[in-house]
Amino acid sequence: MSRLLQDTLLATASRYPDHCALIAGDVRMSYSEALHYACRLAHALRAHGVGRGDRVAIFMDNTWQCALAIYGVLLADAVFVTINAQTKTDKLVFILRDADARVLLSEAHFIRVFGPVAEQLPMLRILCSAESSALPAGIENLNDTLINMPSTPPPQRAITLDLAALIYTSGTTGEPKGVMHSHQSLLFVLDSINEYLGFSTDDRLFSALPLNFGYGLFQWLSAVHAGATLVLERSFTYPAQVFKRMHDEAVTSFASVPTVFALMLAQDAKQALCFPSVRRITNAAAALPAEFIPGIRRLFPQASLYKMYGQTECIRSAYLNPGLADTKPESVGCAIPGTELLLLNENGQPVARGEVGNLYVRGPHVMRGYWKQPEKTAEMLIPGPLPGEFILKSGDLFRQDAEGDFYFVARSDEIIKSRGEKVSPAEVENAIYSLAAVQDAVVIGIPDPLLGEAVCAFVATRQGEELSVQQIKRICSERLENYMVPKHILLLPELPRTVNGKLSRKLIMEQCAALLAELN
Amino acid sequence: MMKKTIQHYILGNLLFTEDESALQDGDSFLDSGIIDSTGVLEIILFIEETFGIKVNDDEMIPANLDSVDNLAAFINRKQAIAA
Repeated sequence: MSRLLQDTLLATASRYPDHCALIAGDVRMSYSEALHYACRLAHALRAHGVGRGDRVAIFMDNTWQCALAIYGVLLADAVFVTINAQTKTDKLVFILRDADARVLLSEAHFIRVFGPVAEQLPMLRILCSAESSALPAGIENLNDTLINMPSTPPPQRAITLDLAALIYTSGTTGEPKGVMHSHQSLLFVLDSINEYLGFSTDDRLFSALPLNFGYGLFQWLSAVHAGATLVLERSFTYPAQVFKRMHDEAVTSFASVPTVFALMLAQDAKQALCFPSVRRITNAAAALPAEFIPGIRRLFPQASLYKMYGQTECIRSAYLNPGLADTKPESVGCAIPGTELLLLNENGQPVARGEVGNLYVRGPHVMRGYWKQPEKTAEMLIPGPLPGEFILKSGDLFRQDAEGDFYFVARSDEIIKSRGEKVSPAEVENAIYSLAAVQDAVVIGIPDPLLGEAVCAFVATRQGEELSVQQIKRICSERLENYMVPKHILLLPELPRTVNGKLSRKLIMEQCAALLAELN
Repeated sequence: MMKKTIQHYILGNLLFTEDESALQDGDSFLDSGIIDSTGVLEIILFIEETFGIKVNDDEMIPANLDSVDNLAAFINRKQAIAA
């Protein structure tokens, strides 16, 4: 019986010590090696003053160090905060400060980004995984620190109700929010996911999804829980390398998002691809277009296709029985095992079958709230049927068919989904407004065949000022993760306003319909 | 010359700057977070059009594409084969 998330690693390492846990780059690690490294890291963190409930930030690429750091932090009784590798300095500082992180774990090639952090947050200890020991003052070499640490688990005091992770996610206001998950919520959803996906020890899960967001993180957690092997790639940037790795390692499970399936199908059209070893493919983070499905069947002739839906606030909400993938290609299916989905109207009453309602999620996988944000938490977690219970407002509109399967209808907020990543229009607008020449900026998502939605910025310049598209792209790429940088930027003399003088996305979409049509 | 052309393209189209110090010839695009899966397609389109070569799918690997130096060496090899 696992009470803490790290118990899954302890259990697997004890049952299958020599089984391969992780393959990343040139490194292959058994479960006992993985556990020993995580334990050494846990002792090192303790030695650096980390105690129960302290936050430890992990700002790393999809490397084996990153995967093991997650368990190292947990074994130190602490809370892991994984940060997207594309994060720029200002946002990194924001998150470290917001989370009140005690230690930052990172890698040498990110020094450019986290270097300036040391001055701004003098209380933060920075441990950097680096080959050479020559690091700037104030930054310690993680590898050196680990050498003399014991490889047995330190005594643990955390209980299942304690926080295990803060996962930062984009919000409508433009500032990221830390989603609080306890050991209990993550263990519950992990059990549920592994139940419906049916992972076993002979599975080899492939993932190039970032470990900092729920879908990517759970490829690793699922593998550890099942005693399977994770084949971890840094990204999908170099497809030929990714495909070779999938073949060489005979992977059995492939987790992806629609943008990657679109890239694969485009490659397949030029030079046929086929992955016969894969038995299971999953899609999440954005809706899979039904027209992709026949092509995906060709690429993965032996695989069951699982269409899934979720959000950071509960990790996973729904999955479609793979037997229905072809007959109900538009559906995300039903609630994951042990949970319930409710469709309610504006008054909180259930809607009639077939009608559109707000989707609410009920189950032990629902987050504990947003870190230090009681008002935002109260908007998303509303009292459930039992005293003290909360259900999660998904923010999405859905309907249900006669068999009870769910269909996405629309989002009820302005968040853009590009490449499966959440983009907050306000966050992009804030970056653009930091240019003094900008009068008005409005960011919207427009349909895009590859990205799902492309980020599109409308910008009006102050009178007498000059501004180029290049300047706007530059400020965005300096401040935002790559997937947030607008693909399209339209400079206009002025942006339309409502009668009340407010900028209106709706008016802009209407007035610029012709311009938008030209973009694709 | 070829390296300068490539460097200017990357600076202008992926880093959105003219500051040459922002990109050294040996810098890994992956390590420096310059590109992702759509960025690499832009680079391929650029080198195909500019240097008259054809990049095969199985050549889309870091050894060929992940820095200005790697790109220049790769283009030279391709041009030598074609010539």
